[in-house]
Amino acid sequence: MAEAIVAAYDGSAAARRAVDHALALAKARGAPLVVAHVLEWSPYSFLTPEEIAERHKRRSEEITRAQSAVLAPLVAELSGRGIEVETVIRYGHVAETLCEIASEHGAGQIVIGRTGHSTLASRIFGSVAGSLAQMAPVPCTIVP
Amino acid sequence: MKRRFETRALAGAAAATFLAGAAQAQTLDETINSVFATSTGWFVTFIFSNFPGTSFPWIVGWLVIAASVFTVYFGFIQFRVLGHSIALVKGDYSDPKDAGEVSHFQALATALSGTVGLGNIAGVAVAVSIGGPGATFWMILAGLLGMASKFTECTLGVKYRNEYPDGTVSGGPMYYLTKGFAERGMPGGKVLAVLFAVFCILGSFGGGNMFQANQAHQQLSGVLGEYPGWITGVIFAAIVFIVIVGGIKSIARVTEKVVPFMAVLYCGAALVIIVMNIGNIGWAFGQIFAGAFTEMGIAGGAVGALIQGFRRAAFSNEAGVGSAAIAHSAVRTKEPITEGFVSLLEPFIDTVVICTMTALVIIFTQQLVIDPETGLYVMNEATGRIATVGDTSGVGLTSAAFGSAFSWFPYLLVVAVVLFAFSTMISWSYYGLKAWTYLFGEGKAQELIFKLLFCCFVIVGAAASLGPVIDFSDAAIFAMAVVNIIGLYVLMPIVKREVESYLSRLKSGEIRKFT
Repeated sequence: MAEAIVAAYDGSAAARRAVDHALALAKARGAPLVVAHVLEWSPYSFLTPEEIAERHKRRSEEITRAQSAVLAPLVAELSGRGIEVETVIRYGHVAETLCEIASEHGAGQIVIGRTGHSTLASRIFGSVAGSLAQMAPVPCTIVP
Repeated sequence: MKRRFETRALAGAAAATFLAGAAQAQTLDETINSVFATSTGWFVTFIFSNFPGTSFPWIVGWLVIAASVFTVYFGFIQFRVLGHSIALVKGDYSDPKDAGEVSHFQALATALSGTVGLGNIAGVAVAVSIGGPGATFWMILAGLLGMASKFTECTLGVKYRNEYPDGTVSGGPMYYLTKGFAERGMPGGKVLAVLFAVFCILGSFGGGNMFQANQAHQQLSGVLGEYPGWITGVIFAAIVFIVIVGGIKSIARVTEKVVPFMAVLYCGAALVIIVMNIGNIGWAFGQIFAGAFTEMGIAGGAVGALIQGFRRAAFSNEAGVGSAAIAHSAVRTKEPITEGFVSLLEPFIDTVVICTMTALVIIFTQQLVIDPETGLYVMNEATGRIATVGDTSGVGLTSAAFGSAFSWFPYLLVVAVVLFAFSTMISWSYYGLKAWTYLFGEGKAQELIFKLLFCCFVIVGAAASLGPVIDFSDAAIFAMAVVNIIGLYVLMPIVKREVESYLSRLKSGEIRKFT
């Protein structure tokens, strides 16, 4: 079987275009599709005492929400397409975590969407798609 | 009968003072101040009473002896595991699967923003102006010993925390006193837990609130010109209200982010000033060591320096007080001991690094007035402190010391003080709240009552003068330590078992780094 394709998906229209592109590739190659949803998280961010006490609860809520509101509708839609679809939810630095997911699944490619407009912040700090292009261990496709 | 008469006389005197004050048409600030001083005096007197026949407050001895006992009992744990503690904070031992949970770094940073506060700026200035440069030496020693106390209490805090079905956690001395004592088959855990909770609530109103508001006001009025304290109080209370009652986390989050930068900036500025005055280095350290062990014209001599150093260190890093055990207990870890290892960095950063910076800047810039003939410090008889160049104390002295090198620094210090004060208040509002809900049960109504009370005390603190506020704050926080340390003595064998098991598994390679 061909190497898996990892598609980053956050529910946005750009991410949807990336998934569609990845889907076409996967179909053509007969490769499995891994849909990854990464929740931005840094273990070095600062929280208030109250947020710390509630963190475990919030985390499970966030995961449940991501599963039901973001991934489940997509999986339901893709189920009839004759493609093997796996979903992954992770916390971490988005680009780094996508690279980790790709290595873990032995993926041959990462597909990610970009928003198209460049904000001042992304000009200074770079965007997820930009940093992924810099650090991806496998070929990376950025879908406009 | 005689005792009763005394009490009555005292109450009468208090009432008389109050009435006399009212008759003279006192300002609002003065009224708040006198009522506050008379109503808290007895508590302060009890906590700071001396060992019979000496001039050494028993509470200071209590803290230092405890810290020394833990240091020896755990075989100087604070020095043995320092490297491992840093690795834990960096996340080397964190399971990547737990990403999204509270990390060691976050627990430490939040606990630190509760302790790094005015104690580091104002408290140290008080210590040095009363106890002389020698207080610095004792303060650093207290910081190093305090690491062992903090380690003990935070390990227990995680081990005996309550985890609720909804995933939230509550931890702290209240819980290890009840559960730990029960586990060891000891009576009295519940009584101690209730006492601790009561003192914790008082401490959250005192050192965690009024002292902060008070010093923030002193600093603001120093820059903006004199104005009544209650105005600062009302503004601060309103912001605190918005955050803790209104649940507007964004303000708190901004402070939480700015505080670490402020701390780094503060230490950086201090280092620059020390380098600028590097010629004084030999003299300054000479003063610190000489002051730590000999007279030098300071009130109480070397013992005075020791008392001040220990007292301000304890107030600043809160080791043995039990507050940090509340803050650290929410971390996600399978090994409670790891949070103990992380927490011992707290007194180090707070006292050994930041407090020392403040003290060194005051000493290096020669703020304390020395009599050129005798070489001894000049006492200001009216205040009972060493005379300073601008005749200031508390934040004012620190501000003058930094200002002597950078004229703009006092303005930055105002911002730092206000932010530190604010983040400490937010942290303590949480500690107090946990103690409050322990006593009165979890529930929205109970929480609201506490939060409203907390806001009222912000106003009182800003309006009262420094003396009574600082005394009450210290007294309440030290009262927490009395109860907490009894618990730590009883429960320390449990911590010892945990340490031995963990360190042997670390050595055998059973506990390994991820990545």
